[in-house]
Parts: sequence; C-alpha cells; structure tokens
Amino acid sequence: MPSTETAWPPLVRRFPRLVIVGVVGLVFAALAFLLHAENQISVVAVLVSFVALIGVVDGTAIGRDLTATCRRHAGFGNGVALIGALALVVLFRDDHYTLLMMTTVALYAAACIGLNLQLAFAGVVNFAGAAFFAIGSYTAAILGNHTALPHLLVLAGCGIVAGVLGLCVLLPVLRTRGHYAALVTIAFGLLIRTFLEVNDLLGGPQGLKVPGLDLFGLQFNNVREIGPIDLSFYVPYAVFGILLFAGAFVLVRLIENSWIGISLDAVRADEVAASVFGLSIAYWKAFAFLVGNMLIGVAGGAYGMMNGFINPNGAGLGDSLILLSIIVLGGLGNLWGTIGAAVVILVLPEKLQAIQEYRLLIFAILVMLILRFRPSGIMPRSLRMLSRVLSRGERA
Amino acid sequence: MDFGLLAQHIFNGLMLGVIYAMIAVGFSLFFGVLDVIKFSHGDVLATGAFASLGAVTLVGVNSGLPAIVILLVGLLAGLAAGAIAGVIVGRTLVLPLRHAPAVNVLLATLMAGTVLREIIRLGVPNGGNPKPFPALLPAGNIQFGSFSIGIDSVIILACGLALVGITHFVVTHTRLGLAIRAVAQEPDVAQLSGIDFQRVVLGTFAIGSALAAFAGLMLGLYYREINFNMGVLLGVIGFAAAVVGGLGNLLGAILGGFLFAGAQTLATIALPFSSAYKDVVAFAVVIVLIGLFPTGLIPEKSSERV
Repeated sequence: MPSTETAWPPLVRRFPRLVIVGVVGLVFAALAFLLHAENQISVVAVLVSFVALIGVVDGTAIGRDLTATCRRHAGFGNGVALIGALALVVLFRDDHYTLLMMTTVALYAAACIGLNLQLAFAGVVNFAGAAFFAIGSYTAAILGNHTALPHLLVLAGCGIVAGVLGLCVLLPVLRTRGHYAALVTIAFGLLIRTFLEVNDLLGGPQGLKVPGLDLFGLQFNNVREIGPIDLSFYVPYAVFGILLFAGAFVLVRLIENSWIGISLDAVRADEVAASVFGLSIAYWKAFAFLVGNMLIGVAGGAYGMMNGFINPNGAGLGDSLILLSIIVLGGLGNLWGTIGAAVVILVLPEKLQAIQEYRLLIFAILVMLILRFRPSGIMPRSLRMLSRVLSRGERA
Repeated sequence: MDFGLLAQHIFNGLMLGVIYAMIAVGFSLFFGVLDVIKFSHGDVLATGAFASLGAVTLVGVNSGLPAIVILLVGLLAGLAAGAIAGVIVGRTLVLPLRHAPAVNVLLATLMAGTVLREIIRLGVPNGGNPKPFPALLPAGNIQFGSFSIGIDSVIILACGLALVGITHFVVTHTRLGLAIRAVAQEPDVAQLSGIDFQRVVLGTFAIGSALAAFAGLMLGLYYREINFNMGVLLGVIGFAAAVVGGLGNLLGAILGGFLFAGAQTLATIALPFSSAYKDVVAFAVVIVLIGLFPTGLIPEKSSERV
C-alpha cells in the first residue's frame, strides 16, 4: 500500500523500479568501495555511512517508503542485486584477494541461509554450523581425491553426508528444547572437531588437500584469461558462489512462501497450538534441520574446493558462533540481512588490519552492543502479509 | 593393569570431576535464578586464575612471606576478580537481556567471554603464551605401594570437595539460599515478599563466578600452568555437566561433573588407541544421555518450562 506520508517527487513514484535500481546500485557501489578500500579512514567512513543509512531507513518517512517499495517489488530487486553482484565480479576480475573475499562472503552467506531455515523458521538451534561446513569440505576432499564423480555430484554428496551426520543428533535435538538442544549441537560440534583433529586418516591437524572445482570440463583453478582479458582464477569461483547463494536464497524463499513455511512458523511460534492443528512438530523440525545442514554442507564443499585444503581449525565452536552471529546480526529470518551481516563480520576484520591485534575484541564488543541495543538484528525479518496474499486469491 | 596406575587414573578422574562440578554448579545457579545460561563462565574462570597469578607475582613468590599468606592473597584476588567479572557481565548483559530470545543471551555472554579472554591475552605481558603457575602448596608425596600422590593434589581435591559441599549447604540451609530459591521459583512473588530481586541475582552471580575462579586457581595449582584460553573448553564441559545433570539443580550439576570426568577417564583407560579420543567419547556420552534423558538425569520438578 503506498503510504500517504511519502515525500517522493511524482516521477519517482510512478517508476518504483527506478528507485530500486538506484538503491541497489548505491548499496553495491558502497560494497565495491569497501572491498577495494585500502586505507582505514575510508573503511571507517563506509561503516559510519552504513550506520547512518540504517538510521535513515528506520527513522524517516522516505526511508520507510523506500523499504516498502523494495518489499513490494522483491523479485525485481533480487534480480537487480544478482546483476549487481555479477557486475562486482567483472569489476574486480583480476584482483585475487577481493574476489576471494567476495566468494567467501557468498558461500558463508549460503551456509547461513541453511542456518536461518533451522533457527529462524523452525526454531531449531544449531551451534555446530561450522562442523557441518567442515564436514562438507572433508567430503569434497575425499570424494574428489578418491573417486571420479562429476563435481556437481560431489557437491551433492557433501550435502548428503552433512545431512546424514546431522541425523545422528536429530533424535536428541527433537526430544529436547532450548538449552538442552543447544548443548546437543555444541557437544556434536566439539566431537566432530576433536575427531577431525585426532584422526590420522583424515589428515589430523594438517587436514587434507581438496581438488579444485571442475564443472563440465571447466577446471576452475586453470582459468587465466578470456581472450585478451586477464582473469583471476577466483572469477569462476566467485560466479559459482554467487549462483549457489542465489540458489539457496530462492530455495529457502520458496519454502518460506509456501505452506511449508507457514507450518514451520507455526511450529516455532507455538508448539502446542501447532500440534493442536495437526502439524507434526518432529517432522517439520527434522525437515528444517536436514535441509539446513545439507545447504551448509554444500556451501562447505564449495568452500573447501576453492581453498584447496581443509583442516579442523575452521570447525570449532568459535566458527559456529561466527555463523550464528551473522544470522542474528542480520536479523533472524532476513535473507538479505544475512549477506549484509556476512560482509560486516567477514570483510571488516580483514580491512581493519591496523587494529589486527584488537579485532577480535572489537568484534565481540560490536556484537554485544548490537544484541543489547538492537536485539532483533540489523535488519529484522518483516512480517508476512498473509491476508494480502490470500485476498489476491493466490496460494501464499 | 596394576593397582597404582588405576588408582592414579581414579584420582585424576576425581580431581577433574570436582573441577567440572564447580563450574557446573555456577551454570546451575545462574539458570536457577534467571533461567539464562551465562556462557562467559569459562572465561571468568580464566580471569580468576590470572588474577591469582598476578597477585601472587605482585606479592613475590620469594618475598620471604610464608607460602600460606601468599596463597591466601592469590586466593582472595582470584575470588574477587571472578566475582566482579561475573557481576559485571550479569549487570550489563544478562539482566537487561533476560526477556530476549535464549540465543541472543547465549551469543551475548559468549561474546562477553571473548572480551574477557582478549583482555587477558592483550593485557597480560606475553599473554598469548601459557604462564607457569608457582607451586605454593607443600611438596611431598604420599606412598601406597606403587601409587604415589602429591600432598598438594590431596589438599586441592579436599578444598574443592569442601567448597562444593559448602555451596550446597548455603543454597539449602541459609537465608541467602532461601532467597535464591525463592527468586528461582517465582521472581514476582519473591519480590512481593520483600526480597531484593537484583541483589539476589547479582549475589548468585558473584557466588557462582567465585566458584569458577576457585576452579581456575585449582587448575593452576594442579597443572602448574595457566593459559588465556583455558576457559573455552572448560566452560563447555561445565555447561554439558550442568545440562546432563539437569539444569537448575545443584546435585545434578555435581553428578554431571563427575560423570563427564568419569567418561573421559574411562575412555583414557579403556580405549586401545590414543587417549586423544577421550573428549570425543565424553561428548558422545553427553549426546546419548541427553537423548535418553531429555531434561537431565535429575529433572526439574516443574516439568513444563516453555
């Protein structure tokens, strides 16, 4: 519904898509600047303007109108964002480090979408996200080194193995709630991490080599140029990472906007009420846990292939917390917030090299402050307008 | 296996059990009064251990003072630092966030733990490396056939057991304990009957955190070495012990602590391959136990706590 308090000039109001292109373009321009920025002052400047932007969007009529416009044309906005992301790849085509960061953000954000499905939609806590991520990478290493499977199947295998191993803790997770369920996943994460560290077959603390991705004959690690243009071999990984994120995004959006999503919401919000309406709590929680872990596993497999190696270091509780912080900071259930928070949490510490020694401290304080003063995250998930969808006679 | 080695393992298990139980009791206390998990607990332990070390170093190990005085100074400094750290975290994070979703509180207190850890790492000279802890307890060994045990270890174990016992007594038999239990059961009614809610909560945080700090000191005296990130795994183990035993239940926490230590020790003795798998086994036991007893071995009396 167009708000009455809007301050847009008539021309802009009549072409909301123009507004969206402008907004998304601005965001990606800022992102490009942040990724490229070398000196600390510009990084801080981006950060400050980011905070200011949130204030404007939250506090002013124009800002609210802006978000409402973007929300109304979500599909178009998503498309523009995808093009924007691919444009960034083209822009940084020969810059290894920037592309590596972009791909990392895309893959972590894809994993976080799986985590969002579990925590924000179904209400299943998972403190072992990094363990499932690492399980994906290890699976990629083993399947890639010892079998001749096409790599798309290898990636599917990563998801399946992560999902199946997740099944081992599914029963205790389903039987318990709250802190008890949290403990099960924490214990599972520590178990996997210690196991990887002491098991010699899996390389122990040194880890394993992971073969590079090879899709339909295109060996990602050997990409050097297209015609006369020099390329970083991270370019195909970046494109693949972005597409993987987009795939996960679309999948989870479809789930969210279907009756499955409504069932998940009901199960999370009130188990008793949901079971009164005939929903199986265990079934829907298991569904979200399984699908979420598979997404995390696939993202982990792709991440391992990009890095070329995997060791147990990334599988600890601390890394699971980083994943959880991303979704909590981004706003539980807000998929775009996820990528924003992933940029803040993964890129910012890399960019603030001058305070390298203090970055963990600053990071922890930052997360604490956000949780304390903005408990629903940077961008809270918006309520679904079911009545609007239903009145249009469509299935939600 | 000969008797001496077995006895050594059992003694180790007991020592670990007491330490885990002390940490778990803290978790149980916090959960009891406020229904929250304060996850910075492990790092409060490290804070206490480092404060003790700092005080002992400041007084001077070779200053000529009797060892018992130096030890007391270290003990007081550790307990105070732990209690203060615990109260600050409780006051600034846990109390304001107690109506927030459980995940938020978990994350926020975990980050508070990270802050404590980083402050130790950056603030203590050469803080990233393990620090030797001076031997302040009387040396000497007690000998039973092939089994020999240090007098210092026996003292540590006895103090730990005594402290766990005292805490249990305080909670079950004193006015403060009564207030704690009242707040735990029904905060609003407790306030109506004249109990200062905030003071009781913060007092509980102080007690639980001081217990953790004592556990840190015990570890320092036993292993003669402390580390800035010693609290990470210990915090999780203490949490696991508290949950397996049944949250909000002191006896459960103690039981859970000994159970976890028992699983670790048994894995060390029984497994044919390297003892490195002891944590894998112990955490697997935790997962199985939670699967079998979803609300802990000693469940809360009020069953439904949604």
